[in-house]
Amino acid sequence: MEWYSIDTWIVVIGALAAGACALLGNFLVLRKMSMMGDAISHAVLPGLAIAFLVTGARASLSMFIGAAIVGVLTAVFTQWISRFGKVDEGASMGIVFTTLFALGLLLIVQGADHVDLDPSCVLYGAIELTPLDVVWRPTLFGYFIEVPRAALVLVGVALLNTVFVVAFFKELRISSFDAELATAMGIHSKLMHYLLMSLVAVTTVACFEAVGSIIVIAMLIVPAATAHLLTDRLWLMVVLSVLIAIVSAVLGHLSALILPACFGFADTSTSGMMAVMAGLIFSTVVLFAPKYGVLPRLVRKTEAVR
Amino acid sequence: MSPESDPFIQVEQTGSSSKSLPLKIRDLTVAYHRKPVIWDIDLSIPEGKLVSIVGPNGAGKSTLIKACLDLIPRTSGEVSIYGQSYKKRRKRVGYVPQRESVDWDFPVSALDVVAMGTYGKLGWFRRVSKRSKALSMEALERVGLADYAHRQISQLSGGQQQRTFLARALVQDADIYFMDEPFAAVDAATERAIVELLKELQKRGKTVLVVHHDLATVPQYFDWTVLLNMRVVAVGPTNEVFTQENLRRTYGGKLTLFTQAANKVVQSR
Repeated sequence: MEWYSIDTWIVVIGALAAGACALLGNFLVLRKMSMMGDAISHAVLPGLAIAFLVTGARASLSMFIGAAIVGVLTAVFTQWISRFGKVDEGASMGIVFTTLFALGLLLIVQGADHVDLDPSCVLYGAIELTPLDVVWRPTLFGYFIEVPRAALVLVGVALLNTVFVVAFFKELRISSFDAELATAMGIHSKLMHYLLMSLVAVTTVACFEAVGSIIVIAMLIVPAATAHLLTDRLWLMVVLSVLIAIVSAVLGHLSALILPACFGFADTSTSGMMAVMAGLIFSTVVLFAPKYGVLPRLVRKTEAVR
Repeated sequence: MSPESDPFIQVEQTGSSSKSLPLKIRDLTVAYHRKPVIWDIDLSIPEGKLVSIVGPNGAGKSTLIKACLDLIPRTSGEVSIYGQSYKKRRKRVGYVPQRESVDWDFPVSALDVVAMGTYGKLGWFRRVSKRSKALSMEALERVGLADYAHRQISQLSGGQQQRTFLARALVQDADIYFMDEPFAAVDAATERAIVELLKELQKRGKTVLVVHHDLATVPQYFDWTVLLNMRVVAVGPTNEVFTQENLRRTYGGKLTLFTQAANKVVQSR
């Protein structure tokens, strides 16, 4: 295996994307609205496509603003449809995001003659190509560094999410645990909800190029779900989820390079491998987590019987 | 005005007029999908009462509480707390939601949950101070859960979870409390602890409204009672309104078991 600077960037971008997603994912998981992440990651597509067709640039500011709007709209539409359409929230989410996603797909296919945004990239991303788009060339300690645009954007989004989670930790905690009490106390649960939804939308867009709209769901949910099995403290869950996200990004790229070669194939999709790694870590934790793992529980049970 | 409402009207008139009532509800109606859940509620609760809200399933007891706390939209009517809207009085109001309304697997300890009671007065970006932590610990001690402060909340028994919620209400340090079924599925020890706590709150001049299911204990625990079945059937001092006739009107003919229990209570007085 050979390691190039491009590999370093792929890992850095993957880790930033996974970490930024995991931060928010904790609150999606705890609010039992993981599927909202799924819905939003798909629903932002038409916003993205329109912004892209209009400005012709990826990851532009207008794209992020568009995404945030569509993210909030998805949440609002979902609530409206479930209230007025006499369907449960899951079904109404299914209606909203599939419709929006389909609309986005149509826009992209129609505009494909003019723009380089193809449907498969939308679904799986193209993390291997992101390091090629260099926008900043600083010299650090005598080294000449080529910083890709995706890395810069993701640093920004990861920072934004960190600030959000740290600044509103108390509000996020109470509105996720007991939204009614929070509202009764004057802590605006609905505002927190929509802030979270818009950040999920912005994060999804930032991660789009790197991981696409399907793998991003794994990054939102899996590290947070894994961390939930490992601790009883909210802040530690958040920290652990980010660590797990980073580890799956690193292992994902390494195994994408190494594993297929072992079986005589060319190397494979890094973002796919990252999600697979996250899934493997989750499975390991489900089995072996000290307190909530299946096996330790079984052991405790048999000991108790004895 | 129905004759059952007379007692509280008198209290209202004789009570000091300068001080506004802890809770006054006028013409309150709440509807879901245009179907009314509570209808034209008029209520006044005097200061320092321990009030039970009693009625059959679906009578709108929780809805009444949530409408008072601005948690659900009102179709019509007004609620005033100490003479003002809820929004202006929220810092004087404590709330204990139903135990099933939250996810007990949430990664927080009992102490964390109790400390949430202080969040309302903290404001944005402020962290829980050492003092509020100490207050939360004190509240846990008062409900007998000091040893469980650092346990994750799913590892508490149902009664302990309920007491955690009460401790949280204590640190809210309110003047009027709304409690939604704090006695639901708790053990005898917890029931005693809750009653003691309620009486203590009352002694300190607090007003407490409790949604309650066990008719047999109503006269023993509460000195004021609201009988509710979509409308207010009766409200007033428990020994005046908790009569066989009113209970029958509240529960209809369908709950013979309840009626029997109530009969016993009424006879024993």
